[in-house]
Amino acid sequence: MKLRRALKDARSEGELFRRRALAGFVLILLCLAGLVGRYVFLQVVRYDEFATRSENNRVKPIPIPPARGLIYDRNGVLLANNVPAFRLEVVPEQVEDMNAMLAQLGRVIPLSQDDLDAFHKQLKQSRRFESVPLKLRLTEDEIDRFAVNRWRFPGVDVVPYLNRRYPLGGLFAHVIGYVSRIDADDLERLDPARYKGTTHVGRIGLERSYEDVLHGTPGYELVEVNADGRTQRVLQTHPATPGRNIYLSIDARIQKAAEAAFDGKPGAAVAIDPRNGQVLAMVSVPTFDPNLFVDGISHADYNALTSAPDKPLLNRAIRGVYPPGSTVKPFVGLGGLELGLRRPQDTVLSTGTFYIPGQSRGYRDDVRGGVGVVNLMQAIEMSVNTYFYKLALDMGIDRFSAWMGKFGFGRPTGIDLDGEASGILPSREWKAKRYKQAWFPGETVIAGIGQGYWAVTPLQLAHALATLAGHGTPYAPRLVMATQAGVDQPKIPLPNPPSGPSLVTSQANWQAVDQGMQMVVNAPRGTAYGLGKGFPYTIAGKSGTAERYSRRSDAYNENRNLAYLASRHRAWFEVFAPAEDPRIAVAVVLEEGAWGASSAGPIARKILDAWLATQPDAPPDMPLPSGGLPPPGTSPATPAPAASTGEDEPAAAATQETPP
Amino acid sequence: MIELLQVRMRRLLRRVLTRPRIDLPLAAGLLLLAAAGLATLYSAADGGFALVGGQAVRFALGFALLLLISRIPPATLRNWTPWLYAGSTFLLVVVAVLGEGRGADRWLNLGVMRFQPSELVKLTMPMMAAWYLHPRQLPPGWKDIAVVGALIAIPAGLIAKQPDLGTALLVAAAGAFALFLSGMAWWRIGLLLAGAGSMVPVAWHFMHQYQRERVLTLLNPESDPLGNGWHIIQSQIAVGSGGVFGKGWMHSSQSRLDFLPEHTTDFIFAVFSEEFGLVGVCLMMVLYLFIIGRCLWIAMEARDTYSRLLAGAIGMSLFVYVFVNGGMVAGMLPVVGVPMPMVSYGGTSAVTLLVGFGMLMSIHAHRKRHD
Repeated sequence: MKLRRALKDARSEGELFRRRALAGFVLILLCLAGLVGRYVFLQVVRYDEFATRSENNRVKPIPIPPARGLIYDRNGVLLANNVPAFRLEVVPEQVEDMNAMLAQLGRVIPLSQDDLDAFHKQLKQSRRFESVPLKLRLTEDEIDRFAVNRWRFPGVDVVPYLNRRYPLGGLFAHVIGYVSRIDADDLERLDPARYKGTTHVGRIGLERSYEDVLHGTPGYELVEVNADGRTQRVLQTHPATPGRNIYLSIDARIQKAAEAAFDGKPGAAVAIDPRNGQVLAMVSVPTFDPNLFVDGISHADYNALTSAPDKPLLNRAIRGVYPPGSTVKPFVGLGGLELGLRRPQDTVLSTGTFYIPGQSRGYRDDVRGGVGVVNLMQAIEMSVNTYFYKLALDMGIDRFSAWMGKFGFGRPTGIDLDGEASGILPSREWKAKRYKQAWFPGETVIAGIGQGYWAVTPLQLAHALATLAGHGTPYAPRLVMATQAGVDQPKIPLPNPPSGPSLVTSQANWQAVDQGMQMVVNAPRGTAYGLGKGFPYTIAGKSGTAERYSRRSDAYNENRNLAYLASRHRAWFEVFAPAEDPRIAVAVVLEEGAWGASSAGPIARKILDAWLATQPDAPPDMPLPSGGLPPPGTSPATPAPAASTGEDEPAAAATQETPP
Repeated sequence: MIELLQVRMRRLLRRVLTRPRIDLPLAAGLLLLAAAGLATLYSAADGGFALVGGQAVRFALGFALLLLISRIPPATLRNWTPWLYAGSTFLLVVVAVLGEGRGADRWLNLGVMRFQPSELVKLTMPMMAAWYLHPRQLPPGWKDIAVVGALIAIPAGLIAKQPDLGTALLVAAAGAFALFLSGMAWWRIGLLLAGAGSMVPVAWHFMHQYQRERVLTLLNPESDPLGNGWHIIQSQIAVGSGGVFGKGWMHSSQSRLDFLPEHTTDFIFAVFSEEFGLVGVCLMMVLYLFIIGRCLWIAMEARDTYSRLLAGAIGMSLFVYVFVNGGMVAGMLPVVGVPMPMVSYGGTSAVTLLVGFGMLMSIHAHRKRHD
């Protein structure tokens, strides 16, 4: 019995299939008959009703695009608004001979080649009855001239719309970004129901990352159309819900001062309030005019921007990555204390060259001959490499990168902007992944002074500094502070809770590092001595000078020509104030700066000056004279021993063997 | 030399003519359908040749593939089946990980062209079900039903997740038809259907918001006058105003005045109904019914279980297209992305269909001899 069941019986199976196929066919027949029944119902029983409705089908919903939300700075200064404008639109199916029409129209209203190219491109992407914009932002004169000639151009019309405008031009271009015309790729990505009738979409910057907030919800109006589809009258209006306004935490005054402080030299600065992660200023120099992009940038303008050698379109604040150099030393120093490897008073002897025990390779100190015995505070004050070489080696790369990773190095900070670079946090895992090589102790040594594989963005450094300044409590940087449903509505703040527990367990440790950083600015041997002159609060800071090229020999370069050095160095300065209870943390990078303290330092100070002016309770300020800080070694104010020039020598590791 | 060539040519010609690999009635039905589809598309595209030209090229490609596939014996297809199934399911996983597309991640970008793996699964699914059931004792017991159910659920679930409910439905139906044709007992079918019915509230819970909205607007089209409700109302007006004899070719006012959205793709059958009326609808249904019937006939004549189940499942899934799309256009079923076969504009589904019919041609060519 079992055997018979296991054998396949081809004949009975065929018979079974035949019965099933027939049953299936009958079922299909019944279902299709049901479907036809539905068509009978629609086309016979309800024919009169639908025929009448089709005949009278003159009511059409026309979408009303929502007005885009406005963008303000923290005090209500308008940064992006919508300006009523007029554009010329063409409905292709109503034009008999497109080329002849365009030629004739060109004599009434001048049409540039860019206009025509954009028009033809969009003509191909749209349907014949959809109107296609031909020329945006018509002048009064053009509107008048078209109105007189309008009868000659069926299918062409002047249409009002809202045009995005950035009144402050380039000042916020890298923060807010811009909107631009919706293109074919956007159409694939956007929800067609929400973007009916909308022509522009946030392209980069906050305009993109807050697109959902700014866009709003379209409404519609029911209009009666005639047999040609032209609107006769509006029957009903369901207004659109405008997008929400957003308020930046940036203060336009600080932003403006920060940009001016760069004087056009390529670089970036980010200022963050350590108490809540709010960004107070974020500039990337040079910048560009975002208004150019709104209606489609001309080829000439675009080529000029993309081919400029100093790359104005690059947002250096979030996408520029630079070796951090000595700016990492306060973080490393704090790590030594927090991991229990050092006490603040523990000293190291700086002799000018550091050797890993048992190895012949030398790692240079800042100053020929070294600066002698230093503790943590002095090591930060004078940027003594040897202290941090040794500390990094004692930490080992795994503990080192774990600790520095807590400050957000090597990953995006989570700011509310798209396209942030991750930078590089040197680690065993990173190197294994990137180079498939083992880690060498020498690489730990130079990582301790921010050289080697290190790469950070100005935003990352500002975020790390703000975390440090805020007694170790990390906040993801935030550009947008509040949103608002309309100008007369209450502002709704966006909460930004700490992104993790505090990194500092002992206030004594924090104070030691804080003291070292105060000494950088305020003690005579500090690398940025003089920077705090005239400022009512105590400033804490740290300079950094990173080499753009790797050093070929460990000889001291005696060339002190500033232009020559600027072409070889990247200058950093990080600063926070007031030192006891920080309210602002600033990171500045100059792509071509001779020395961290003397080139980037004054920029940071000017940002602090501008910030101070916005603080109602602040004591008066005496800004630095326009000359700024004297370059190291050339100033008579530099403390006596020439050997300790006070400025940190660019701290690339020697790459050659030195005789033991 | 020339003589030799002539002899070879003549032999080839004789072979093709005397022993045609293709089933002439089925081919005639498909050609007729293609012609009707192109004529409707020409009207729906407002007399434009751009869409019609593109569609004609795809049909040509589809028929070429049909001829090619018809030369592959079913036994070979059966040997490839597990690999094809695994490959297409793998592609679905790839799409789920790095796909791109309009809101829904359905496409794989191959650089030159974009490609929708779920289309492939429409064929590999019935193949796999047939392959699994082929050596088993039929009618299948619970164990075999469960296995086939799992084979259906994996790709259908991945496609539904994309989210592309229409295609998921087609894939699941193709597999289910193979089970049905294998002789699964009626009481088991009833039990499963009852079980599925009781799962509806659970499915509702897992549906996307827009999918729920589509169902709700079907019940009350006026609630969403800009979106899907608009589709449903306008589509019904188009169909209803066609009457018995229609407004005539190129005279669909609903699509001409842009009252009917998507009138070249998913809603093209509304244009057809408006222009050709109930008579046209009935003729079209008869044509589809003829093709489905012919497929089942070929299936009955087939030599082995694999061929039978595959041919039957492909033929019956054509019915799902017609029923779901026709029901959607008439406001009877919710709006899901299922095209009207060979009529809706859009390449991949027509090509997939024709490849499927290529397999039927092959099964027909290798049918059992009537001695």
